[in-house]
Amino acid sequence: MFILDFLKQMRSKTLDTQNIDRGILVFENTSEVIQAENILKAEGWKIRVMGPPPEIRSGCDLVIEIPLIEELNILRSLEKAKALPLEIVPVSSPLLKPVNLFFSKDFGKYLMIRAANMKLTIDKETKKIVNISGGGCPDVPYLAQEMVGKTLAAAPAPRKIGHTLCGYALQLAYEEMTRQCSL
Amino acid sequence: MFAVAGTVPVQDFPLVTGKVFLEDDSICILERRIPVNRGTPALLAAAIKTCEVLDQDAPFGYLIGDIGLGDGSRMLYEYLIKVFQQSGSISKQEADFQAITFHYLQPDVDWHNKVLFAIEEMAKQPILIADAGFMYAAKMSGKAKKYDLFTPDIGELAFLADEKAPHPFYTRGFILHEKDRIPELIERAYKYKNAASCLLVKGKQDYVADQQGILATIDSPMEEAMEAMGGTGDTLTGIATALIGTGMKIMKAATIAARVNRLAGYYAKPTPATQVMEIIEHIPKALVKVLGENEEG
Repeated sequence: MFILDFLKQMRSKTLDTQNIDRGILVFENTSEVIQAENILKAEGWKIRVMGPPPEIRSGCDLVIEIPLIEELNILRSLEKAKALPLEIVPVSSPLLKPVNLFFSKDFGKYLMIRAANMKLTIDKETKKIVNISGGGCPDVPYLAQEMVGKTLAAAPAPRKIGHTLCGYALQLAYEEMTRQCSL
Repeated sequence: MFAVAGTVPVQDFPLVTGKVFLEDDSICILERRIPVNRGTPALLAAAIKTCEVLDQDAPFGYLIGDIGLGDGSRMLYEYLIKVFQQSGSISKQEADFQAITFHYLQPDVDWHNKVLFAIEEMAKQPILIADAGFMYAAKMSGKAKKYDLFTPDIGELAFLADEKAPHPFYTRGFILHEKDRIPELIERAYKYKNAASCLLVKGKQDYVADQQGILATIDSPMEEAMEAMGGTGDTLTGIATALIGTGMKIMKAATIAARVNRLAGYYAKPTPATQVMEIIEHIPKALVKVLGENEEG
């Protein structure tokens, strides 16, 4: 049984990034990070979206942490999808982790979920998004404009139309809301 | 007179500058209309309502479309640098702002620094107010002390208190867990020089603070539903900006703005589904009442 598990692990694309050299994929903007994340996750790569190291930080950034040993395979995946990064940088120091705390507030008829600095509120009965609040990046008003008034199922996912860290945080709230509504 | 620089959620909205007015549920600038949902249009709408009561000039807007790609923000940054650098030679109106509020702009430290340097060269130094994305950049630049007022919500206060976080998305967990310990967060934000001279912290309770600590706590009336509503923080910043634009002291303006915003929310009888324009409509009534109480007090 142990050997079978071991072999399965060897075949898997999912790699433990704790004990091997890591690198980061740096992109032009957060939209490209989100696109690359979608591609790589769909292909089964265990990658992490993280904060960039200080030397390449500009203010509203995400990078994708990868196992450097798989650099070529990962680049092939991204090249096929025309989503190549600007550069690949090896990292040795710890990267900033995104906030992963969720907070729910039940208003009776309405349910609000907060992820990091973004809050999403729905009507529990109709599943209609009634409000989006928080955040400070310019796509927040745009996301609210496109999502409020639509049901969770009909609204565009923030990862499809958002471009910033606030948009990414709203995606996390949206996913958590979808998960809670499906229970 | 005061100015507001920010973005609107329309991809191809060009850079426009000029006085901003409110017509029905839209702000108007140079014959262009933008619906008031949240963000900078909500800030401006609240400021306009405040100006109407105080019989003040309409705010001056620097607006551009940006849906998060940062292209509009960068164009606006570039434009503002030119305007501020030429403030000695341009129309008196643009060189003579009592206050400037920077709002929903793509956080970008390099552009932020260039804008700040340009302002520092101006003959008359305006009061500097930062909220939303521009406040994130101001904090990350290490130049927060150059600002007179930041208006964070509680989560953003935790971000200001975390000397390592470049964005609220990366605020470290042990600091987020201190969200109920506002005095500690304020102290920490000042300790690491990540706060403006004055803080107006927006939340279940609003706080006005400076380096000495909390100076005022405003907690009534309380409308729980406002936490879920988009734009209620923007309206608070808008009211505070307009009051400061009249020459009112920053601490006093922040305290009055918090009371007015809460009272306007109370008058609107909001649910979590209420949209911010419903609160903005009640700002004049709330402002008259709060100013009246203030005079009596």
